[in-house]
Amino acid sequence: MDQALQVIFSATFIAAVLRVSTPILLPALGGLISDLGGVVNIALEGIMLTAACAGVLISVATQSEWPGLLAGVVMGVLMALVLAFFHLNLKADLILAAIAINILASGGTIFVVFLLTGDKGSTSALVSKQMPFVEIPIIKDIPVIGPIVSGQNLLTYVAFIAVVLVAVFLYRTRAGIHLRAVGENPEAARSVGINVRAQQYLALGLSGLLAALGGVYLSMGYVKFFARDMTAGRGFIALAAIFLGGKTPWGTMIAALVFGAAEALSVQLGNLRIPNQLVQMIPYVATLVALVIYALVQRQRAIARQRKFRQTQTVAVGS
Amino acid sequence: MPTASDSAAAPLIEMRNITKIYPNGVLADNDVSFEVRAGEIHALVGENGAGKSTLMKILYGMERPTSGQIYLRGAPVTIHTPHEAIALGIGMVHQNFMLVPSFTVAENIVLGTEPLRGAFVDKRAAVAATASLAQQYGLNVDPEAVVDVVPVGMRQRVEILKALYRGADVLILDEPTAVLTPQETHELFAAIRQLVNAGKTVIFISHKLREVMEISDRISVMRDARMVGTIDKRNADEHLLAKMMVGREVFLNIAKPPVQRGPVVLKVRDLEYATEAGVEALKHVSFNVYAGEIFGIAGVEGNGQTELVEVIAGLRAPLGGVIELEGKSIAGLPPRGVRQAGVAHIPEDRLTNGVALESSIQENLIVDRYEREPFTRGGFLRPSEVARNGEVLIEQYAIRTPDGALPVGSLSGGNMQKVVVARELSSRPKLLIAAQPTRGVDIGATEFMHEQLVKARNAGVAILLVSADLSEVMSLSDRLAVMHAGRIVAIFPTTNGLTEEEVGLYMLGTKTMTQAEIERNW
Repeated sequence: MDQALQVIFSATFIAAVLRVSTPILLPALGGLISDLGGVVNIALEGIMLTAACAGVLISVATQSEWPGLLAGVVMGVLMALVLAFFHLNLKADLILAAIAINILASGGTIFVVFLLTGDKGSTSALVSKQMPFVEIPIIKDIPVIGPIVSGQNLLTYVAFIAVVLVAVFLYRTRAGIHLRAVGENPEAARSVGINVRAQQYLALGLSGLLAALGGVYLSMGYVKFFARDMTAGRGFIALAAIFLGGKTPWGTMIAALVFGAAEALSVQLGNLRIPNQLVQMIPYVATLVALVIYALVQRQRAIARQRKFRQTQTVAVGS
Repeated sequence: MPTASDSAAAPLIEMRNITKIYPNGVLADNDVSFEVRAGEIHALVGENGAGKSTLMKILYGMERPTSGQIYLRGAPVTIHTPHEAIALGIGMVHQNFMLVPSFTVAENIVLGTEPLRGAFVDKRAAVAATASLAQQYGLNVDPEAVVDVVPVGMRQRVEILKALYRGADVLILDEPTAVLTPQETHELFAAIRQLVNAGKTVIFISHKLREVMEISDRISVMRDARMVGTIDKRNADEHLLAKMMVGREVFLNIAKPPVQRGPVVLKVRDLEYATEAGVEALKHVSFNVYAGEIFGIAGVEGNGQTELVEVIAGLRAPLGGVIELEGKSIAGLPPRGVRQAGVAHIPEDRLTNGVALESSIQENLIVDRYEREPFTRGGFLRPSEVARNGEVLIEQYAIRTPDGALPVGSLSGGNMQKVVVARELSSRPKLLIAAQPTRGVDIGATEFMHEQLVKARNAGVAILLVSADLSEVMSLSDRLAVMHAGRIVAIFPTTNGLTEEEVGLYMLGTKTMTQAEIERNW
């Protein structure tokens, strides 16, 4: 137990949490935008996987990380737009179309990898590139904080900056406000001249962009290769983070950190004498527990809201 | 007939020879001409399906006319989208509000045309604009309140402000009072008058003739897709308007033979109920309903009537007290138990609680008895019996539909109402609870409803009638109770000689009968 506590309260552990949270936080922010736009994107997993694969392969081909990043992002946005086209233009069911994309990504990526390398498991035989790790001057020399904040992968910084950008976008810009209006009451949005379909394309496109960044981080930052189904459910844990975070950018970030901590813990505890299988369950059990807590809190809130509504009603009648 | 004598009276809006045929062949408007003068309150009345909503949708650019022309200040205009209507200064407040619930009042008002500061939306400017607009027109709203938690009356004011913010000179209000309490209606009317004083023009769609007579300057009546005529209010009265709407004599006054009161059917004593939130909705409610009488309950909405009805119907469990049907307790029984004991219930919100919209008319007619013979045998439903039952009731209650297998949602409001009435009355109840039975239905359907209630009463059914429409509940009831703040504050042994003003004093809680007086009239 002492050992476990030592592990948790160390700078390395917190740095690890940020590192592990990144591929949950990025798709979660994307999912949040799609959810608020009324077109929740459950293809995050497949989009991440595709972007992770495309990034590695292009970085191998060009021997540079930047074309890899670009390729991953373009693939992710394209897939999201395909999903949007199926749902918004062809009126396919959003959930079914997204499931199709997830299955396609799982099989399609490994098929392409096999064609190129003859290996059905991973691209570890190839020499691929990694996104740069950034040492921040001055901050890196501050004790405790330095090792946590500095030296992370570029995309980790992008993820946390994206929280601010997404918050500003959703609540301060016209496009973001229109997107939320469309998600909540499309009729109301349409009646004031907002193009509902365009907003939903935007929502899905942005979700594809952010999920793709998460995918590229996995294969070109977190590790330096692509492996079969390497997203390991992060795209779905990201969805849980959105709901747990109360559908706000900051809440989503905190939820992503909680899940990240659970995963980092399972990695660290793997070094101790605890059965591996038990430890590997931690992130998923944490997700389940978190969702149960979320449901309970929501119920309390609903009751409180009802009470508030009743009060305003009686005030109105009394006046 | 336009004359040169007064150019100011030339119409602001003129719709000439408008015909609308929907793609499915329905003729909604047939050569309709309609004109509105600047600065007037013009009521557009007609039964459901008479074509008034379609006409206004054409004016607001939501539908295109098959033929006909619209003129604005004498110049021909084409209006193909709501956007174009707004640009011409025409705004519409829809019956079901077009608001985003989680947004604030101010955010809803500026939605689509938010004020910007740099790249960002200027929320402070939105709040300021809302506040000054609200002040200017006397439409009281809280700009920073979230729409989700504000009362219906305020939501409606938000919708009106939304149209004004977009520069509307002409406001189309589609049945604005349908969702309002009497107090909120008064507030709305005051606001409408203020709008007209500020130079706006209001088109008021309604089928409540009393309100039309109260608020409008001129009234246009539509029937069966045609314009029957436009008259000045001073030449109109409710009776004339009703006749124009329905196309025949309408009996607004209900003829009923003297009451033949039988034994006590429903006995309620000391009934107590509190909502989950802990609000005491019913306090020591006691009364009897006798066979062969209509026992009415009047009161401002929200004073416990809904809870009373739902507790008796088994939809909510009472906290305490006695509910007996012919001497047997039905308190706390589930809805099916209450129904099997002989209670029928026409619920207040029929769309949610009265019918299953996507199920067929036939199926809706048996939902309270589907598990019994002849509809079910050996655990299987018998479609032929269900259909036969449907045919009989559709015929008997004159439900207008080409086919009983169509979903109930395809019917008009009045016909949906008939489906509920047909089911409830055909269950041969001892007690019929009718909650707001004529809310949202037109004159023809109201007349039908009243006839059915009186017929059931004459046949010996005990009827508990709850209605927010005071004139309705007073003219139908044999005895009348008044509820205020969860209590019965008066029971009148007869409605003869009773005035609305008198009852109004009890409804507002300024007068109450003593306990002894009330008990004498149980």
